[in-house]
Amino acid sequence: MNLAAIQRLLALSLLAFAAVEARAASVAEVIDTTQPKMVKIYGAGGFNRLEAYQSGFLISAEGHIATAWSYVLDTDYITVTLNDGRRFEAKLLGADPRLELAVLKIEATELPFFDLNAAATADSGTRVLAFSNLFGVATGDEPASVQHGVVAVKTQLDARRGVFETPYRGSVYVLDAMTNNPGAAGGALINQRGELVAMLGKELRSAQNNIWLNYALPIEELRGSVSQILEGKFRPTDEQPKLKPDEAIDLAALGLVLVPDVLERTPPYVDLVRGGSAAAMAGLRPDDLIVFVGENLVHSCQGFRDELAHIERNSPLKLVLMRGQELVEVEVPAAEGDRP
Amino acid sequence: MVRLGLLLLIAMIGARQARAQVDPAVLAAEEARVAVVEKCVASTVAVFSPGGQGGGSGVVISPDGYALSNFHVTSACGDAMQCGMADGKLYDAVIVGLDPTGDVALIKLLGRNDFPAAELGDSDQVRVGDWCFTVGNPFLLATDYQPSVAFGVISGVHRYQYPAGTILEYADCLQSDAAINPGNSGGPMFDAQGKLIGINGRGSFEKRGRVNVGVGYAISINQIKNFLGHLKSGRIADHATLGAVVRSDADRRVVVDDILEESDAYRRGLRYGDEIIAFAGRPITTVNAFKNALGIFPRGWRVPLSFRRQGQRYDVLVRLRGVHAEIELEEMIAAEQQDPHEKMPIPKGEKPKDEPGSEPKEEEPEDQKPGDGGPGKDPVPVRMPKKKAPMPEIVKQHYEKKAGYVNYFFNELERKRVAAALTSRGNYANLGKAWAVTGKTGGAEEFRLEFSDAGAAIRLPSGELRVEWTGGMSNHLEPPGSGGLLAALALWRRMLVDGPQSFSRVQYLGTMPLADREGMFDILEATHEDVECLFYIDPQGSLAALEMFPETDVDPCELYFTDYREFAGQWLPGKIEVRFGDGYNYEFSCESYAAADAPQPEGE
Repeated sequence: MNLAAIQRLLALSLLAFAAVEARAASVAEVIDTTQPKMVKIYGAGGFNRLEAYQSGFLISAEGHIATAWSYVLDTDYITVTLNDGRRFEAKLLGADPRLELAVLKIEATELPFFDLNAAATADSGTRVLAFSNLFGVATGDEPASVQHGVVAVKTQLDARRGVFETPYRGSVYVLDAMTNNPGAAGGALINQRGELVAMLGKELRSAQNNIWLNYALPIEELRGSVSQILEGKFRPTDEQPKLKPDEAIDLAALGLVLVPDVLERTPPYVDLVRGGSAAAMAGLRPDDLIVFVGENLVHSCQGFRDELAHIERNSPLKLVLMRGQELVEVEVPAAEGDRP
Repeated sequence: MVRLGLLLLIAMIGARQARAQVDPAVLAAEEARVAVVEKCVASTVAVFSPGGQGGGSGVVISPDGYALSNFHVTSACGDAMQCGMADGKLYDAVIVGLDPTGDVALIKLLGRNDFPAAELGDSDQVRVGDWCFTVGNPFLLATDYQPSVAFGVISGVHRYQYPAGTILEYADCLQSDAAINPGNSGGPMFDAQGKLIGINGRGSFEKRGRVNVGVGYAISINQIKNFLGHLKSGRIADHATLGAVVRSDADRRVVVDDILEESDAYRRGLRYGDEIIAFAGRPITTVNAFKNALGIFPRGWRVPLSFRRQGQRYDVLVRLRGVHAEIELEEMIAAEQQDPHEKMPIPKGEKPKDEPGSEPKEEEPEDQKPGDGGPGKDPVPVRMPKKKAPMPEIVKQHYEKKAGYVNYFFNELERKRVAAALTSRGNYANLGKAWAVTGKTGGAEEFRLEFSDAGAAIRLPSGELRVEWTGGMSNHLEPPGSGGLLAALALWRRMLVDGPQSFSRVQYLGTMPLADREGMFDILEATHEDVECLFYIDPQGSLAALEMFPETDVDPCELYFTDYREFAGQWLPGKIEVRFGDGYNYEFSCESYAAADAPQPEGE
């Protein structure tokens, strides 16, 4: 096969070029209208190959931001930089760890945003653009990076359980572009009309062959949870002032010991489960990460203790745990008569 | 067999019919793109070290064989390399010039004067989302010299990527998702029209091994255009600094955090705490924007700077200092050749291997297990044990080793070219050892200027001033406030009449622009006694300007020569303008040039 033939083949395989020329202006427009909706998020991390940044996009004019739920948000100081370079302290409004989704809020108005209700769906072969701050390339008012590709397939990640370790069990768009890089999680996937299609997922590597997966979470999978978070569900515990009961549950009553609380926000990992305790009966194990108490998101040891302080001692306790990459729901029986 | 042939025929007819249904516009665009790719492939070079075991990519930019590559590619090859092109031939090539800070190398392919050359584009016109493609020699696959082509979009423009130490800084670069793998280093990035917009050289890799993950960077061609003259000079080009450090303050303004008192920026009035508003024609809103604007310039360029202090805006022209001392640059190159960067530079945040605390085996990522196999295993450019291959004869004819130069052969070549151009318009020797110029000043006063190697004089209605060059010209910077007008005129005459060889040290510096003038000017840097001069020569061979520096870190006396026409049968300026520092600005409209008796004293 000579050179010309190879080139012809190459040209044929990339037939879309014609459309490209005609479309050039509109691609530029789509990029111009999308960039102002992208944000750069900075938080915890910065060591041991844990980048202290990720991506996100605005979903309301008042500064609601959709992003990936990750360790980056495990801090009281989440910073968001808008496309125009303005910097804000952000509040974690809520998160749904089952979707690895979080919603942040900044105090701003009249922002350009993606309307989640107007989000589009995609099929195999849909041409898409991915916007993210992968590798933290952009800072300040520098725009997010743009990558191109097509949706290879829409499929279920849980079909690959044990291969891709993630709690996410919904459908994903698998992309032929190398979008899922450090810092890209929370980025936006849009179609050629500039409609939001999906949110870029966290880095995910196959345990079988070490291949990294490039994928995005369809907005239709996220929309419900976002609404619930906006309505006040899945909120961090410290957001919700409540009356305290006379006698509340505490860790000792449950027979639970958490890891030493040494960080600003120490993730509530179980260190020890006392034998025969309510926690042991419920099947809690060391190294479980407590994610939810009831419907309330907890993301620190202190947050967990505060949450318990609002629950009557003689009521059962629903917990959602992260065990490895699995989300596990347990019910701890009422610890009645267990008083010292 | 016959049946197979028939099947094939049917398949081909089928394909043809399917093709016929395609929109003609699509087919036309396809044809156009095939032609673009063909053209781009033709100018791309597969660079191999003399042993053929290491290398990268490059691209030819002129029919006489000048080609661009990365410093980190050629440093692995040494002074000679072999270059495969898509015509299937292997050409000898020689190193010409280096820009270690910018990671650029200029080489010259030898043996032809009709190499297919890439057309240079304008990288400042590149927009995010534009289609682009990279061509090159990833993983040194091009053993048959046929380059690989990868397609993508521009992901970002004006990106800043921190240097590895003080070299390999990627300022104002292009970011693309077109594949840039080890071995693509030094190769071209083209836009959809097939114009060269950048030189690929870097990627963000991190934990996935040294393969493309959709984030590659190319040095912008506009930056390289700024350096091209310097690269052709056979020298080591240096980048520029303002002589000031800037930072973002609480109001997110970019302010001066520190400034060198020796810098031109300081002499032009820039001080600690001043806010930088614009630099080199770009608005400055972030520190990165400033670094981008600065990173594209060679040392010595003069660029506009706007700054603000207490509400007052100042617009000045500043001459940029070099980042490195000459000796530092030489040491860098020696070090790189001894122990080259084994790979594309590691961008910031991606832990250089020697960073404390990082795992010792950082560069062998855990995910590159045996069984990954394939050519991707080879780190590229690959190093071979350092053993000197004999230099081919044709390379020897284009190479001259000299301390301080990458390849002195090319400095001499360019110096001779410029010197020849300078005297192509006349035989200035006819005007003799001493010149006399008369005319009217900007204030319409009669003037007479006389200058020679012995001394000089200026006569105005108000009086006469005579100097002789005793104890070095730097002691005679008359008239007062001019910075040395008379000495500069004497050196001008010396260059035109006695030629570059009459200076104690002279070299071709490269090309630089002049304020208020279009285009680029060849620069001869010449030393006479204790003063140093820069001669700016326009493409037609006319001397456009002369800057005389009596010492380092002071303002030069600047002469601007315009309104060229015939005087006494010679091509000479009708107007000479003198500038010094911020204030001095004097104009001479010349009416006659003649040989004069040397000003006093007569004898030597």
